[in-house]
Amino acid sequence: MIDLKNLTVSKARGHLMKGDFTAVQLAQSYLDKIQDTDQDIKAYLEIFSDVLSQAEEADRKIAKKEGGLLAGIPLAVKDNILIKGRKCSAASKMLADYAAPYDSTVARKLKDAGAVFLGRTNMDEFAMGGSTENSAFGPTKNPRDLSRVPGGSSGGSAAAVASEQALASLGSDTGGSVRQPASFCGVVGLKPTYGTVSRYGLIAMGSSLDVIGPITKTVADAEIIFNAVKGKDAMDSASIEVSGAGAAVQQKLKIGIPAGLMDTDGIDETTLKNFNESAEKFKSMGYEVKNVDLPNAKYSLAVYYIIMPAEVSSNLARFDGVKYGLHISGKDAIDDYFMTRGGGFGREARRRIMLGTYVLSSGYYDAYYNKANQVRNFIKNDYKEAFKNVDFVMTPTVPAPAWKIGEKSNNPLEMYLADIFTTPANITGLPAMSVPSGFKNMGDKNLPLGIQLMSDYGREDILFKAGKDFLEE
Amino acid sequence: MIEIKDIEKLAELSRINISNEEKEVFAGEIGSILNYVDQIKLATGEAGRAISLEEGGFKNVFRKDDNCHDSGEFSKDLIESAPEKENGYIKVKKIL
Repeated sequence: MIDLKNLTVSKARGHLMKGDFTAVQLAQSYLDKIQDTDQDIKAYLEIFSDVLSQAEEADRKIAKKEGGLLAGIPLAVKDNILIKGRKCSAASKMLADYAAPYDSTVARKLKDAGAVFLGRTNMDEFAMGGSTENSAFGPTKNPRDLSRVPGGSSGGSAAAVASEQALASLGSDTGGSVRQPASFCGVVGLKPTYGTVSRYGLIAMGSSLDVIGPITKTVADAEIIFNAVKGKDAMDSASIEVSGAGAAVQQKLKIGIPAGLMDTDGIDETTLKNFNESAEKFKSMGYEVKNVDLPNAKYSLAVYYIIMPAEVSSNLARFDGVKYGLHISGKDAIDDYFMTRGGGFGREARRRIMLGTYVLSSGYYDAYYNKANQVRNFIKNDYKEAFKNVDFVMTPTVPAPAWKIGEKSNNPLEMYLADIFTTPANITGLPAMSVPSGFKNMGDKNLPLGIQLMSDYGREDILFKAGKDFLEE
Repeated sequence: MIEIKDIEKLAELSRINISNEEKEVFAGEIGSILNYVDQIKLATGEAGRAISLEEGGFKNVFRKDDNCHDSGEFSKDLIESAPEKENGYIKVKKIL
């Protein structure tokens, strides 16, 4: 019996190399766990039928000492990341039966490293949402409290890792979709610097915001997965080489707290208390904690809800019922579009497409889209100034712990407000990581809380250092 | 203020069929979101110019204009993905 609870990617790798267990035994342990618990949690949309044969292949390579860095490591992949020949639906009726005709760059890199794909995880349709309730195939439950949401949009990926149904997973983050579910489920979630991980083969949502990132149990694991998937890619023209770590960090690291941004209504009392305790913990470990001024950061959410739907409306124009995906036949060719798009997209997707169409329409373009891009630059400048004085900007990841399933379903704006601390990293392209920081006790349940650290472009290295210090890894 | 006729226009521009009940719901929701995002008008900062290339900002990325794969290499897989096809072509209804 393999102790999944205390297993990490780095430990599993050690055990596989030493021969304590085989990749097949490890994969079987996860399949058994999924069989046991996923009918309640519903983290997965599909468990791949060839998991054990992937693991056999990994075992052969390990035996010949040809195994890559992730040889035999069982991973879950969000349902918007293409793996050749496998279904990839973005949790939408529009792509319910779509099979990927090619590998995404991240899938190819993970395959090359020897990873075993367990299955594809549930998400909000086209990654639009913060609760996984917008999946066309039903919600995922939070493993810590089944009456609550796991967060989203990468809710299935976070729930799978939190419930020992995968050793690690991949999500995508457009406005917080890796960090927020990681926080809600009590695991680590990294949103890398924009462009460091190729978007080739990621179903597009907001192209200037989207980035793929790992969800893991430890910061060290997030670092391993990030290093396995990063890198410039000719297939994604926005991708960049990671400038990477500077010299070893010697000086005292400084954490900035944006008091102005934290001065918003609606931060849960326990969340705030836990955040202040987390800041104290950093101080006790020798970090300097000071106030930092980001006057325009509070507009990030508003900027996000203009730029993101604008990009959604153009990215989702490709779903026409002709090239791939759903086709609903109408009375003529143009009616095919209306029928297919009306029937294939869920409410959130349709709402965002129409909102994006509005802010891009000729009468409103300057007032919304152009102004949002201008304010986006103000926000970038604010962070640029801030990082002259501090190494990190720290906030809670989310203003409150996971909410009840259904609680915010009929109020999209209220759901959007949960993204207040996560959207600045996407607006600026800066890297950010959520690490578990404690719990809020609610009756007999402990709801996880998380803190978010942001650093300067390409400085994932110091995020990993601070995260490991904080979690005492 | 977003009215039903605005939603009808947006749905038409977006090529999306929506029901009459939904029009009302969308009008309310999109109205309240626009109301919220209106606050960006209050933002002030240094001149809203795009960050220049010298500062590490945006630039066009080109690739060489040569054949990156053999003709037809992916055609079968891609046509296979289309919902309606015939003899190696994607099939659509009459347009003219």
